[in-house]
Amino acid sequence: MSTNGSGKPETAAGAGSHQVLTFVLGNETYGVDILRVQEIRGWSAVTKIPHAPAHVLGVLNLRGSIVPIVDLRMRFALERAEYTAITVIIVVSVNSAAGRRDFGVVVDGVSDVVDVNFAEVKPAPDLGSRSATDFIRGLVPVSDRMVVLLDIDRLISGEMTASGNLDEADVVPVAASAA
Amino acid sequence: MTIDLTQFHEAFFEESFEALDSMEAALLKLDIGAPDKELINTIFRVAHSIKGGSATFGFSDIASFTHSLETMLDELRSGAMQVTLAMSDLLLKSVDVMRAMLRAVQAKQPLDAQRISDLQFDLELMIAQKAPVPAAPVSAPPVAVAQAVAAPQPAPSTATVAQEPGRRWQISFRPYRELFARGNDPLRMMRELAELGDLVVNVDAAALPPLSQLEPSECHLAWTLELTGEIGEEAIRQVFEWAEGDCELMIAEVPAVAATAASTPAVIDDNVAADAILSAPAPATAPAATKSDTPKADAKGEGQVASIGDSSSIRVSVEKIDELMNTVGELVITQAMLSQLGTQIEGTTAEKLRSGLAQLERNMRELQESVMRVRMLPISFVFSRFPRMVRDLAQRLGKQIELKLTGEQTELDKTVLEKIGDPLVHLVRNSIDHGIESPEVRAGAGKPAFGTVHLDACHRGGNIAVEVNDDGAGLDKDRILAKARSRGLVGPNDQLTDEQIHELIFLPGFSTAEKTTDVSGRGVGMDVVRRNVKELGGKIELRTERGKGSRFVITLPLTLAIVDGQSVAVGSETYIVPLISIVESMQLKTSNVSRLSGRGEVFSFRGDYLPIIRLHELYGVEPRTRDLSEGLVVVAEGEGRRVGLFVDDLLGQQQVVIKSLEANYGHVEGVSGATILGDGSVALILDVPGIIRAASLRAVA
Repeated sequence: MSTNGSGKPETAAGAGSHQVLTFVLGNETYGVDILRVQEIRGWSAVTKIPHAPAHVLGVLNLRGSIVPIVDLRMRFALERAEYTAITVIIVVSVNSAAGRRDFGVVVDGVSDVVDVNFAEVKPAPDLGSRSATDFIRGLVPVSDRMVVLLDIDRLISGEMTASGNLDEADVVPVAASAA
Repeated sequence: MTIDLTQFHEAFFEESFEALDSMEAALLKLDIGAPDKELINTIFRVAHSIKGGSATFGFSDIASFTHSLETMLDELRSGAMQVTLAMSDLLLKSVDVMRAMLRAVQAKQPLDAQRISDLQFDLELMIAQKAPVPAAPVSAPPVAVAQAVAAPQPAPSTATVAQEPGRRWQISFRPYRELFARGNDPLRMMRELAELGDLVVNVDAAALPPLSQLEPSECHLAWTLELTGEIGEEAIRQVFEWAEGDCELMIAEVPAVAATAASTPAVIDDNVAADAILSAPAPATAPAATKSDTPKADAKGEGQVASIGDSSSIRVSVEKIDELMNTVGELVITQAMLSQLGTQIEGTTAEKLRSGLAQLERNMRELQESVMRVRMLPISFVFSRFPRMVRDLAQRLGKQIELKLTGEQTELDKTVLEKIGDPLVHLVRNSIDHGIESPEVRAGAGKPAFGTVHLDACHRGGNIAVEVNDDGAGLDKDRILAKARSRGLVGPNDQLTDEQIHELIFLPGFSTAEKTTDVSGRGVGMDVVRRNVKELGGKIELRTERGKGSRFVITLPLTLAIVDGQSVAVGSETYIVPLISIVESMQLKTSNVSRLSGRGEVFSFRGDYLPIIRLHELYGVEPRTRDLSEGLVVVAEGEGRRVGLFVDDLLGQQQVVIKSLEANYGHVEGVSGATILGDGSVALILDVPGIIRAASLRAVA
């Protein structure tokens, strides 16, 4: 679970096996470390935050604390989907410079919990755009699919401040090419 | 078994600091000449427990210093020394030194050894000078003094003491059951006593249960001891030092006549005493008569019993309370949801359900209020630092000042309490330094030589008002104005109202003090005071009359966790405007609004033109109406300016619990926080001063 800043797959590999929660965004399957997942809940309307990046939809009340909600489709510059009754919010916790933070990500649906052997994790292909692969820990085959393992600390770091906005044009749909 | 004592350090420091505060308070109440015995006991107990604690944790410097202090206090207690002004100064200094020592130890920093040893020397010098033992030289080194004190010395107040063949002491030692658990051994104590003089031991085994129910780790015995010899009370107390708090202890001197009438049990050596403890004969050998012989418990004994009884509070971390508040908040939302559902249900049981839900709602409200109250503390926590400060300042400035404190029991939230301290200190300092005149000037003005500084706190609606009042010179308007003119803050011909002049003293860097002292007058101050108060969501007002005094009134919200808010609707969103910043809400007529080219819209309000800030533009939401005459305008005040906030509609007033947006997200311009509404959704709380700042920046740009 170390994120020592290099983001290279070698650091992720070799740590044995981990349970990963996989979820679907469009045609791709992504995975996050199950230990980071706080809660999975259905979609409910959020309160907008002024001056927020477009993919930060707003905030929700999660048992008394105010939690920002990020739309991962927008974050990854995928085609926007309608929010329906089966749209799911995964509440994860990240470690940032300011300490532990919780935030929710909107995904199309949750698929499964799988065991991932870190030895099998492949580095993300270098697509020439540094920022695009920054938050990908690697790719791993599960059954017949390719799962994109996310480094949520990196995904969110600097993101949650109103100004800390990625240049959206920079984000190429890595996931699509990986699948 | 080794116990890591460091885990108790924090508790020890915290308790010690609190104890020092109470010692300081007691010292300040102490009348010179006729001291209250209870106060001296309080002071003594503090010194004693700090000494005990620091010795336990191995802070030997503190223990050694407090020992000297304790020795002197013991002299005071026994009446061998009188409380003088010099002594109370010395004791107050000791409090400072002890505080500094504790802080240094806490921060693992080196102690200021010179300061400590100087003061310790002063203490010992004072003891030595007062001690009626002629042999003790005035400049005796510490060890000699300590011996001199421990040596027998008849207290002058107890004239009936029989000098020959020694003093007779009657000691009633009734340990609590857990005595052994605290590592105390009565046998060892009695051996120690036997070394001091002739010891007669009577055991009271009346409380001893039958063998089958006997819990061997508990102490069921009590003793009445008679000790004869040239022994001072201090020496006896030292034997029982570690058992203090685990027993009822009464030590009294038996007058010679009474002593002969006392029962005459056999004198036993310590071996027999040991037998007595071990074999513990079932019938009580210590007759009740012996106990009733014991003269009235001395004040210390009583004080100790009292101090054991009143420890009815517990220490809880703020996080735990916050957690509790969160959970209760969730409960309230769930309850609101259930009530909503309850109204939709029909049938025979529905009525019962609804009455149950109504009951639930009442209970919820009470629960919420109780939880809120947990965070509240009386303002005396802040006020208590002033007696000392005023005393020191008055002495240094050569002024005579009486401090009056009222409304100390007024409760407010801990977080507010922590932040109100510094502004108040500043105001009180100002009052003493600038406000109250010297005794001569006061006499010349026909005022009593004693100036009065009055601190008062009271609840006013949902707010707390804290007043700092003085009967000093008041503000010199002409001088303030002259100063402002000379600094170009006010034009040479501008006429200012009193309020505007008072406003000047809150400007940064403004000071009219003729000379800068180390107390105040450096011009850092009133602006900081006002900023602090504003940060707490409060305001500060000033009333002053030349020659009569001035009066600062700080109005603060009771808590930072809750704000009284007005909910407003903009499009589909709900926002909360803090009530404290709302002046008025109104519907505008189109004729009232005018457009200034490039500067947006303004409307006329009580003779002024105020800018209109459209919240839907500010927050980027789609409004129900863009027509100014269709929506409403909330006139809000902040940063000394007023603006009109344009909203779709007003929804209602409610108290809302403030939640941090920054915990998981970050700071948002124009938003001071968020709250959770009754339906579980989140509403943002407007930061009115921030909005006004941002708006005026835009207007300038």
